[in-house]
Amino acid sequence: MFTKNRKLNEIIGNLQLIWKEPLLLVSILLIFYFLLTFVVFPIFQVFKASLIVNQKIDLSNYLAIFSKRYYYQPFMNSMILGIYTATLGTIIGFIFAYALTRTPLPFKNFFRLTATFPIISPPFVVALSAILLFGRAGTLTPYINKIIGDYTIYGLNGLILVETIAYAPTAFLVLYGILQAIDPSLEEAAMDLGASRGKVFSTITLPLSTPGIASAWLLVFIQSLADFGNPMVIAGNYRVLSVQAYLQIAGMYDTSRGATLAILLFIPTMVAFFLQKYWVSRKSYVTVTGKPTGSTIKNLEWYIKLPVYTSCLIFTAIVFLFYGTIIHGSFQTLWGVNPALTLKHYVEMFQVARDYIIDSLTLSSIATPIAGILGIFISFLVIRKKFIGRGIMEFISMLTFAVPGTVVGIGYILAFNQKTILLPFILTGTAWIIIILLVFRNMPVGIRSGIAALQQIDPSIEEASTDLGADSNTTFRRITLPMIAPAFFSGLAYNFVKAMTAISAVIFVVSGKYNLITVAILGFVDNSRYAQAAATCNLLIVIVLVALGLIQLIVNRIGKGVRTIDIIG
Amino acid sequence: MKQDFLLLKDLVKIFGGGRELTIAVDKVNLEVKEGELVTLLGPSGCGKTTTLRMISGFELPTSGKIFIDGEDVTNTPPNQRPTTMVFQNYALFPHMTVYENIAYGLKIHGEKEKNIRTRTEKIMNLVGLKGLESRSPAQLSGGQQQRVSLARSLIMEPKVLLLDEPLSNLDAKMRVSTRLEIRKLQQRIGITSIYVTHDQEEAMTLSDRIVIMNAGKIQQIGTPQEIYNYPKNYFVADFIGKANFLVGKITKKLSEKALELEINGNYLKITIKQGSFKEGEKVFLLIRPESIELTSKKTNTLVGKVQQIVYLGSRLMYKIEMADTILTVEIGNPQEHKIFTEGEAVTVSFKEENLHLLPYEEISN
Ligand SMILES: Nc1ncnc2c1ncn2[C@@H]1O[C@H](COP(=O)(O)OP(=O)(O)O)[C@@H](O)[C@H]1O
Ligand SMILES: [Mg+2]
Repeated sequence: MFTKNRKLNEIIGNLQLIWKEPLLLVSILLIFYFLLTFVVFPIFQVFKASLIVNQKIDLSNYLAIFSKRYYYQPFMNSMILGIYTATLGTIIGFIFAYALTRTPLPFKNFFRLTATFPIISPPFVVALSAILLFGRAGTLTPYINKIIGDYTIYGLNGLILVETIAYAPTAFLVLYGILQAIDPSLEEAAMDLGASRGKVFSTITLPLSTPGIASAWLLVFIQSLADFGNPMVIAGNYRVLSVQAYLQIAGMYDTSRGATLAILLFIPTMVAFFLQKYWVSRKSYVTVTGKPTGSTIKNLEWYIKLPVYTSCLIFTAIVFLFYGTIIHGSFQTLWGVNPALTLKHYVEMFQVARDYIIDSLTLSSIATPIAGILGIFISFLVIRKKFIGRGIMEFISMLTFAVPGTVVGIGYILAFNQKTILLPFILTGTAWIIIILLVFRNMPVGIRSGIAALQQIDPSIEEASTDLGADSNTTFRRITLPMIAPAFFSGLAYNFVKAMTAISAVIFVVSGKYNLITVAILGFVDNSRYAQAAATCNLLIVIVLVALGLIQLIVNRIGKGVRTIDIIG
Repeated sequence: MKQDFLLLKDLVKIFGGGRELTIAVDKVNLEVKEGELVTLLGPSGCGKTTTLRMISGFELPTSGKIFIDGEDVTNTPPNQRPTTMVFQNYALFPHMTVYENIAYGLKIHGEKEKNIRTRTEKIMNLVGLKGLESRSPAQLSGGQQQRVSLARSLIMEPKVLLLDEPLSNLDAKMRVSTRLEIRKLQQRIGITSIYVTHDQEEAMTLSDRIVIMNAGKIQQIGTPQEIYNYPKNYFVADFIGKANFLVGKITKKLSEKALELEINGNYLKITIKQGSFKEGEKVFLLIRPESIELTSKKTNTLVGKVQQIVYLGSRLMYKIEMADTILTVEIGNPQEHKIFTEGEAVTVSFKEENLHLLPYEEISN
């Protein structure tokens, strides 16, 4: 009773405080409204659609999951693909992370850049390249035919190859962070106590990084499940959930079946996400401080170096081969038939895809700052403010991070093609639906970097501002934002990259009027105009690199004033 | 001058819930006079910071009220309270210059640019920061950072200035000189201040009055002299300075103010300075180590054996073994005294006026 009263008092007290800051109250309410309308409501619509057959509420879709081939086959296929990709990707990611943190590998920066490059490229570029290399007219196809006979790159094997290259970098980044945070003196202590290199690895390094490995595995698994671009290009007859859901909706206009497939995709993704967030990350022994520990690398034995270095070299060579092929292919007159070099694909690209490029640039440029500011503001509220529903706000905004694009896309067309209480006008067909989708899909990036940055800044600096008379919004604008500016801009950069390369969700909401460059590329591939597709991919990669460079410049400039954060705490 | 310029009434703060419930502040009552500097002193975790943060508004009390200058501010948000705080780690804005840091509060309140300039310059002179206007906080020494923090708070002319262990990040020498400066400045401006520290020497030299806290509760409020000479209970006596505690029993009440006491079979007559005691009650007899004298005469009855000698430079400390206790004795000016050797028998003597009676309590640990 006593405790209950006290909790109530506290809640009322906090409410009173917020009440006295109307601007803060309005911001919180507005953000809840946005999250409800643009995150929760669309997902709810997908659930609803999956439960409605012939305009009646009906469980038949769910009852058919285990009996109808068009449900359980894509589900099993997606799971199998996910498991293979996650396992291979994690192994490669670990080897890279180990090489970069625990061995004297030369040219570390070069290897790190190559290992992370696929992250900033559009998701289906690797698949496109695989077709150019191993497809029917592929450069390497004749040689491989000689060795293993007839084969096809379309299908499970091709998908595993392509997704492993595309998503191993995710595993690498997670594991690099983990391995870097493990104090090398622990390993030295073990060695000091008589453990051999192998024993050190199996008794210290590996157990300490197990939570990280599980984390990386689950994240790659999620990405593989949600992947739309690569299977769209290279899956052939191998049916996966994301593509099947799209085909049901965009091709067959069967909303009910498409929604059910989307839900089948949604559930395992959510399970993996929660395992990763609440179980694995809690078991972690390593507190990632962000401060690299001074690692002392002694002479490693050749039998460790050799396999590790070789693996790194091979993977790096593959990345170069795949992206090099895209460049090479974009200049060939007709791939596999007429190798004469030409610029005509680039000329044609600017004729055919001009509107797509302009739309992509415009819509991404509008969405990026909105997503960035919203993300950083939400992280500020979640980390620094006390209000009812704070936990819910964090939960919902991180949810968008894990929900597969296909689910979101279907949700958006279902939710916004009519007027609702939440939104009294129709969004479908407008530019706004694309912008809003990009904003809420990419916002978690800003939230994550915001949270990470805020956790490093002593809250008393913001309290000092409040203490001197500033309200919450003024404190956020004058103190918090300038201090986390570097995080903000890196968030922006990544946001922009994600917006420019988005495909799985936006493909549902593009229209004749507003379209995107990624959709255009997919169209080229569909029509077997591979050179055109390659040229457009290159343009996209260049745009993304220029944007990243620009933002890096800004960060370097403002970064100078802010490094002083180090003096506190 | 108002007697209750700052008034804390039955202040309680409980953190957490269920099994992890922490009563950080437990029914704290305090009146602070206008212009007074009051120190909250106590071991780490006793609730000093929490009390300060409730006064500044960063924590809401679970129950109780806070009044400043007669006004109930219990539910006023921190940015609207007439208090400013000097943070333990200074909390300087890293992306602003020294000048911008100090001027920040006035700017927030929409002061005129010209006004801000004159006031900022004035306060910078006052705390000795002249010429450092355009430095960034990272380019300052610890002591300078501390002054910026102080200036930034003082410029707002708050009704109450709050300081949370402001010297704890400075080295020992800087601590001593800075605390004297803070005291001078505080007296010159006449600003009402609450100062939090766990350093008793700091509290002794700075304060008009000291509030001793333990486990969220106030143990005693008084001037430094009162606290040292007339501690109210075992905790205060033990926490402030060094102390010997002998367990005794009151055998006879001689008058209102005098009684007879038995310790280990020895009988003492003693006058009471504080509190009241009943016949037959168990008590602590407090003797500060510096009020004990050691002699080799065998006349007196309190006899012990030297167990250990420690040289403290200007002083000499003996551990004297007696019946079932060990007494700590400190001798100032060791050159002027006879030095005893370990194992030697000595007689312990003290003046009756230096003895102090405290209620007996079970001591854990
Ligand atoms: N935000 C908080 N949540 C839970 N417990 C807290 C919080 N702040 C302080 N406490 C607890 O309250 C008690 C008093 O803390 P504090 O006021 O910081 O002590 P002091 O400043 O005297 O060292 C401690 O036991 C501490 O762990
Ligand atoms: Mg404290």
